[in-house]
Amino acid sequence: MAVPTVAVQPRPSILSRSLSTLAESRNALGFGFMLPAAALLLVFLTYPLGLGVWLGFTDTRIGRPGIFIGTENYQYLWDDAVFWLSVFNTLLYTISASILKFALGLWLALILNQNLPFKSFFRAIVLLPWVVPTVLSAIAFWWIYDSQFSILSWALMEMGLIDHRINFLGDPENARASVIAANVWRGIPFVAITLLAGLQTIPQSLYEAATLDGASRWQLFRYVTLPLLTPIIAITMTFSVLFTFTDFQLIYVLTRGGPVNATHLMATLSFQRGISGGQLGEGAAIAVAMIPFLLAAILFSYFGLQRRKWQQGGGD
Amino acid sequence: MATIKSAAIKKTKRPELDEGGMGYLQSLPRRVVTVYLPLLVFVIVLLFPFYWMTITAVKPNLEMTDYANFNPFWVVHPTFEHIRYLLFDTSYPGWLLNTIIISTAATFLSLLAAVFAAYAIERLRFSGARQVGLAVFLAYLVPPSILFIPLSVMVFNLGLYDTPFALILTYPTFLVPFCTWLLMGYFRSIPFELEECALIDGASRWQILTKIVLPLSVPGLISAGIFAFTLSWNEFIYALTFIQSSENKTVPVGVLTELVRSDVYEWGALMAGALIGSLPVVVLYSFFVEHYVSSMTGAVKE
Repeated sequence: MAVPTVAVQPRPSILSRSLSTLAESRNALGFGFMLPAAALLLVFLTYPLGLGVWLGFTDTRIGRPGIFIGTENYQYLWDDAVFWLSVFNTLLYTISASILKFALGLWLALILNQNLPFKSFFRAIVLLPWVVPTVLSAIAFWWIYDSQFSILSWALMEMGLIDHRINFLGDPENARASVIAANVWRGIPFVAITLLAGLQTIPQSLYEAATLDGASRWQLFRYVTLPLLTPIIAITMTFSVLFTFTDFQLIYVLTRGGPVNATHLMATLSFQRGISGGQLGEGAAIAVAMIPFLLAAILFSYFGLQRRKWQQGGGD
Repeated sequence: MATIKSAAIKKTKRPELDEGGMGYLQSLPRRVVTVYLPLLVFVIVLLFPFYWMTITAVKPNLEMTDYANFNPFWVVHPTFEHIRYLLFDTSYPGWLLNTIIISTAATFLSLLAAVFAAYAIERLRFSGARQVGLAVFLAYLVPPSILFIPLSVMVFNLGLYDTPFALILTYPTFLVPFCTWLLMGYFRSIPFELEECALIDGASRWQILTKIVLPLSVPGLISAGIFAFTLSWNEFIYALTFIQSSENKTVPVGVLTELVRSDVYEWGALMAGALIGSLPVVVLYSFFVEHYVSSMTGAVKE
């Protein structure tokens, strides 16, 4: 009490003392403090989640409340080739983009972890694609992929590597590769910077000890870097997979699902049927169909996180 | 207070590791091939779209389509025509203003809710705090692409359709979980002893929060704020779904839906729109890059 850092309060009366007991009670105070966040999330997140599941069982359209029709939407989707194509596209898009993002991001992180001049400058530059709005950088890619004036086609033709313009977004296979490339471009910085943070927590002494034991560069990477990096890889890639799987913006800007639905993801199909087509019920059903995949990814990462405990030498 | 503050900050800062390490063992030619060359390729690929955006935004239409006479990588007669068109002949300034208002309001609302929630979960430790913390994390994993259809029904029924409030109230669905999670990590780094001292000195929980915890977490609050602002600035699917009229649109939606007319693409104006729309977040980012990086990695590391 000799050095009060916060003004000492006068002795409280009985009434205010009981009030202050209430204010000091962890649960009452905790409830009060949680209230704003909980209210926002319950009203605008939990309730819509339930509403979405319910809408999937109705034939609601824009401007007309629907009635319960059981699993009719899902039965319809089950026989719908476009829906299955979108599932295939989403899986292809997620898996190939995630693998590329992981490989290139890890590579970039390993490079940035070296003792470089202007290190923080490079780190700042590298993160740029992730900072700017996806839609706006996607518009730049749209122009880069233009069928007539694509700078890539022009440059490759000037170098004599190809003899005709590449139809980046008009051909199904090319369109898939193009959107995946744009997604990887945007995703590399996130993976690289988070993995870089993980790399920087690995003590140099481990590398020195392993080198003294005669470990090669590959062995250093395989038996020192990788095991210590696994927990952060698990989390980073879970985030990356979740966001890639539910991607909407990039496809909406570049192809809107075309050509002939070759790049339709579940999210874009859900938007097309639900909002543009007005079939809210069917759109909601497509969105709900994404949930099992997301849960699988989260569970997968949960077990990835469990590994972290024994790696750190702790029990459960 | 000053000593407490600096002590706490010192404690939260990670000790500098001896980076570099065994780098001196590598010869220069080897470093060029394994480090500098790949780094150069990465930087060129990652930055090229921005260069291309900028160069197109100041290129006259004539040069833009005539690759035979003008090298497309350079601009001979730079022009501000596209930018002038964008700022004076379209609703672009209005979209910028909308985006600023919506992002600021959503950030402020989310940060306010998140500070209390994070403090309650991390420090009050009420019964079930751990479970609530996990629920907040799971809430962050719920993607907007499965929420936009039910939310559009709600927004319509609440009479918020085509108003800024539709976005201000729905952006917190991803901002609050994110900010809470980030601030929880930050509050964890503030020593318990400081709060115990204050409790012994007779401070109430409110006083502890406002006079001890918040001043110490200014860097964390800045990180969360920048992050929330950037996320709301970049948001697309809600803005596309809940906003109808041109004058209420945000920058990403406005550029995509209003500047693209039928078959004639105004590439110069589109690129200028994309460039100017990216500038605010890039400027904000470049000022707070350290906060940005540390909060991003911190939030993932938890």
